Amino acid sequence: MNAMLEKIKTHPMLAKLQSNPYLGRVFRPGPIRTMSGFAAGGILLFLIAPVVLSQFRLELLGKYLAFAIVASGIGLAWGRGGLLTLGQGVFFGIGAYAMAMHLKLSQTPDGQLPDFMQLYGEVDRLPAWWEPFRYSWFAIPAIIIVPAAIAYLLGAMIFRRGVRGAYFAILSQALAAALAIFIVGQQGTTGGTNGLTNLNNFFGYDLDDPVNRRMVYFIIAGVLLAVIAITRQLMFSRYGELLVATRDAYQRVRFLGYNPARVLSVAFAVSAAMAGLGGAAFVSIVGAINPASIDVVPSIAFIIGVAVGGRSTLLGPVLGAVGVAWFGTAASEAYPDSWQYIQGGMFILVVAFLPGGLATLPAAFRAIKGKWDDRKPPGAPSLSGAVQEASA
Amino acid sequence: MIVVNQLFTGISFGSLLLLIALGLTLIFGQMNVINMAQGELFMFGAYTVYVLQLFMTSAGLSLFLALPVAFVVSGLIGLAMEVLLIRRLYERPLDTLLVTWGVALVLQQFARNIFGATNKQTKAPEWLTGAVEIGQFSFPASRLFILALALGSVLALSLTFKFTPLGRRIRAVVQNRRLAATSGIPTSRVDRTTFFIGCGLAGIAGVALTLLGAIGPTMGQSYIVDAFLVVVVGGIGQLKGTVIMAFAIGMASALIEYQVGPSLAKVLVFIGIVIFLQWRPQGLFSQQTRSLA
Repeated sequence: MNAMLEKIKTHPMLAKLQSNPYLGRVFRPGPIRTMSGFAAGGILLFLIAPVVLSQFRLELLGKYLAFAIVASGIGLAWGRGGLLTLGQGVFFGIGAYAMAMHLKLSQTPDGQLPDFMQLYGEVDRLPAWWEPFRYSWFAIPAIIIVPAAIAYLLGAMIFRRGVRGAYFAILSQALAAALAIFIVGQQGTTGGTNGLTNLNNFFGYDLDDPVNRRMVYFIIAGVLLAVIAITRQLMFSRYGELLVATRDAYQRVRFLGYNPARVLSVAFAVSAAMAGLGGAAFVSIVGAINPASIDVVPSIAFIIGVAVGGRSTLLGPVLGAVGVAWFGTAASEAYPDSWQYIQGGMFILVVAFLPGGLATLPAAFRAIKGKWDDRKPPGAPSLSGAVQEASA
Repeated sequence: MIVVNQLFTGISFGSLLLLIALGLTLIFGQMNVINMAQGELFMFGAYTVYVLQLFMTSAGLSLFLALPVAFVVSGLIGLAMEVLLIRRLYERPLDTLLVTWGVALVLQQFARNIFGATNKQTKAPEWLTGAVEIGQFSFPASRLFILALALGSVLALSLTFKFTPLGRRIRAVVQNRRLAATSGIPTSRVDRTTFFIGCGLAGIAGVALTLLGAIGPTMGQSYIVDAFLVVVVGGIGQLKGTVIMAFAIGMASALIEYQVGPSLAKVLVFIGIVIFLQWRPQGLFSQQTRSLA
């Protein structure tokens, strides 16, 4: 394998391509690695998974990929920006409900009310705020724009006054609690505790047909790859540098003339948009959404995958989210009573003892080995930078 | 008439929030630790009453016995948490939040395994089930008792802070940890004591809650978010701010609920808090320091 790579690297054709003024940028080692990574991910998600997994497991994977979309955004906001958002369920929920309302309306015959509104009978005509979700040109952009706008506005308000760190975490959690209670309370127009269920018409495709559900899986996988690409672009851009700088040295960034509040608001908004996308993906593959999936508890559950995978890496949150969700399903199938112990244990062990997540496991080993050898100081890279919060 | 009743409901809700938030603000103020497991310590306090009533028939006696027992039980669980885990995380406040959340999940499941997933009912003493008539208003005795308990705790805490050597040490550590350590105050022992007291207060809050309703493994979760909001808007580590904001949030919730219903009230209270933080980003009271932000 290595010999082959070496052969490709030294091939005269490659040198020729690299010196090409137009294609040169693409064929440098960095982009090649990135693209082969994406190609590998694509092959795994689009070719291998559908063949290897049964229909049931594939749909479960689709659900986990929806969580992974959310996790990617959390990785950006929390890992790189130090914003511990315990309220991603809010944005997940907005995306999910926007999608669910559209699907619900598109399967309701013209002139009729959606089934649950007829059941509860609290309203006799469609509420005005439901009306625009009839149109996909409104509903689909809303999935991204509404969460991003709310997050940006909220972020701009509270970051501007220097509220961050633990205060921010608590506020975001309170928001999640408030939204869930709000939705439960408005049963007549939101479906209350039961939420919106039996969504079976996905833009004209019948979701009761397994083939169409496979199609939804493919769409979700594609969205996930796109989200990873966007996260990567942001992480390694100048903005990404600034975000890490804001995390590690808030005041210094301010003194250099940047507006840290805006930097953080953007990260929060991007992560919210991704959470919205994740919510929409979740609804499409599961066919239902209810307040219990967007409340305080699931909002924190989003964090665990990110923490386990490695909060400040690109792929750590994604792999962590899928891995933890997969593990969670397997564990709760086998030992329903102990899943909560395992989940709690993961929080404790990973956050307390391996704050960089599994992505930093090799570095942590090297550090231990380095101490053991006592030859040179441990050269572990500080991937767990979020840990050293600005103590200003 | 209705307004007075709503205000009293608010004060009562506020006194519960106060009981939970007291421990949180104490721990947060001194050690910068966000103890998400406070809700579960609160739950164990409530279960203490249940367990005591398995052995005792007198509801009144068990209630009064439960107060110190719950304080010690919850305090000891908290102390174990501090010694085993949180000590390692003092430089990482956000991580304490996640770790203690993990502890909360474990404690919840633990309670479920021991006591069962269904809610348990406890007996309230006779003299707390009635109502107290003042003029044309009547107030439930149990809620008055909780109010008295909350105010008593605040009083005890502030007297401890003001007049005892322990209180002086705690204040010294809160104000300037390194200087306190240099002056010979054993800061880590003071930290442990504070953790014990803070968690023990949650136990007392749990005992109080048994007077209002059933107890179950997830009961802690329903109060913890609101209690944290109280801490944030009151000012971290500020006893006075916590007291004022607990009652303010309690009464505001009750009055808004009366106007628009409970589901919208939560959202409005949240918006109110965000606006409040525009004005006072450090909470109602804050310690004056020269550090930036």
